[in-house]
Amino acid sequence: MKTLTTKLFATVGLGTVLLLGGCEMPPPESTQWGYRGTGMEGLYNPDTLNELDANNIVPEALPAVPAVGPKSKDVYQNVQVLGDLSVGEFTRLMAAITEWVSPEEGCNYCHVAGEGFAADTLYTKKVARVMIQMTQNANENWSQHVGGAGVTCYTCHRGKNVPEYVWNINPGHKVAGGMKNQMQNVSSVAAGLSSLPVDPFTPYLLDARNGRHAGTTALRDEGGVSLKESEWGYSLMMHFSSALGVNCTYCHNSRAFSRWEESSPQRVTAWHGIRMVREMNNDYVDPTTDWLPPHRLGKLGDAQKVNCETCHQGAYKPLLGANMIKDYPNLARLAQPEPEAPAEEASEMPEASDMADMATGGDQ
Amino acid sequence: MMEYQNIFTTVQVSAPDYAGVPVENTHDDRSGILTHSYLMGKLGDAQIGPIYLGPLGVAALFTGTIAFLIIGLNMFASVNWDVIEFVRQLFWLALEPPGPQYGLSFPPLNDGGWWLIAGAFLTLSIMLWWWRTFALAKNYGMGNHLAWAFAAAIWLYLVLGFIRPVLMGSWSEAVPFGIFPHLDWTAAFSLRYGNLFYNPFHMWSIFFLYGSAVLFAMHGATILATSRYGADREIDQITDRGTAAERGALFWRWTMGFNASMESIHKWAWWFGVLTCVTGGIGILLTGTVVENWYLWGMKHGLVPTYPMIGEAVVDPLLTEGAQ
Repeated sequence: MKTLTTKLFATVGLGTVLLLGGCEMPPPESTQWGYRGTGMEGLYNPDTLNELDANNIVPEALPAVPAVGPKSKDVYQNVQVLGDLSVGEFTRLMAAITEWVSPEEGCNYCHVAGEGFAADTLYTKKVARVMIQMTQNANENWSQHVGGAGVTCYTCHRGKNVPEYVWNINPGHKVAGGMKNQMQNVSSVAAGLSSLPVDPFTPYLLDARNGRHAGTTALRDEGGVSLKESEWGYSLMMHFSSALGVNCTYCHNSRAFSRWEESSPQRVTAWHGIRMVREMNNDYVDPTTDWLPPHRLGKLGDAQKVNCETCHQGAYKPLLGANMIKDYPNLARLAQPEPEAPAEEASEMPEASDMADMATGGDQ
Repeated sequence: MMEYQNIFTTVQVSAPDYAGVPVENTHDDRSGILTHSYLMGKLGDAQIGPIYLGPLGVAALFTGTIAFLIIGLNMFASVNWDVIEFVRQLFWLALEPPGPQYGLSFPPLNDGGWWLIAGAFLTLSIMLWWWRTFALAKNYGMGNHLAWAFAAAIWLYLVLGFIRPVLMGSWSEAVPFGIFPHLDWTAAFSLRYGNLFYNPFHMWSIFFLYGSAVLFAMHGATILATSRYGADREIDQITDRGTAAERGALFWRWTMGFNASMESIHKWAWWFGVLTCVTGGIGILLTGTVVENWYLWGMKHGLVPTYPMIGEAVVDPLLTEGAQ
């Protein structure tokens, strides 16, 4: 009897360890953001929160300099985007960008030593120019998404040449000859390791596929969207969730996912975010494809693109909502196009009219 | 009789091999292994086998094996015949139904065609097995309760994979064959059709499903608790109520005012099991074919409670942002 009891306890103990082995130690920290009873709340593991804090430390701003004095375009050559900055401001921003993007390589990441700063020899310099415009455009035209905190190079780069979280068009996993790749039903990294579609980014963050799937009428709607479509939107939502470190109820009331009336204001912010990212990918990232070196291209030869995680990196707001733009006002609005810029270079830059076109695409 | 007070079967029946009595009017040739297992005896009867498979059983296993192989080989091919990937991703792999572009036509084999064929063989297999259940019960002089209960489950299966897709005019509405993929399908189904929780037939199905679990536990507990008075002879006690039946009945009557009888509890159990599938099938059948969005349907019929919103009112940006 005694051995039986021992065995029983051992079995129960082992079973408990196996069952609960993957669980996190309670209690979690919870934040309520909807009416009680709706389950609209966030649950956080305190350990993960500490990690999140550590990953989102904002570098100290460089000392501010006055906006007076000669303009950089009058002192330096080939300053296409930041020409209206004073020389002091210009130099300060260059120093900041170096710290944010190429702290190890320094100036030489974009400029060839001995060649002068004006030359566009390196692709990195041309990319930087496009990225500065992309950042300015986000801050000026997408305040509904980036809000007052804005974005800087550091929001995504965090001291790395290329932001840690970028994506390429997914060619799909290898299937046997004669098989058609369904682009789902394997462990999908983009969709939180579910079996949902593996590349929700191409249809929604590059193309403007309709992401609204739920029925809009009580009774049958002949024009309803195919059930299979829902799995693609569902996959994108899984990405949102993991990229922001939040659950569904951060934006949705889970009893009626599709209803705006019952959603949180964050959902509207996210809606603008989809359009902002789509514009970034089409108007800024994609045009760089032609002159990027092969090692910066994906398997299908496309440039590395932006998704939610590129900026958010697991936080509900990038850098936990820290306002960096107040220290770098030169990134807060689009610089006026320079008339003396070479036509060829200028054609790589998006025009305001292009952006208007972009904004009309899709209606999710 | 203290043995019955344990939650595990503590009595091991150790008996010689017993092939069973001959059955009249059948070509019942029971065959296969006949062995005894101590561990199985902990759960049920210690004797394993023999089994009567018969032509229907053989045909059901054969068609079922074909379906299993089609599904398995498609999964295997979907990871390029890579054994390691096949094992690693097994729970994620699937044989996906055709896309919406094919409607109800027969699609190319590699784009849903195999799904249709696998489904046809699986359905055939299940139907043959059902027939076998029916026929064997008849041969052994039993009622057909098992066959009809099984039919209820088949109804739900057919609604999900055949009847509803046909009514919707597209195979793409059907369920994929795969462990996680069919679960993701289920969640997507509820998202697409506006939350199944507001589907009254889904409510009924959950009621009967959870009710089945509760009834099963209540009945098992009652019989075990009164078996020292002979409740294990349930069938005797239906017509010849002894103290076991009396005590069990009175326990429930005095606890909650009403009680089942030794006979009726089994009918309750049967109906709860059957109605789980019947009501569930109706709920799925109405989804998309009649009701587009169960939540909106629920709002229309006063099913949805209202909660005050916290913070600013949220409006669909598509309505406020114009062309954006």
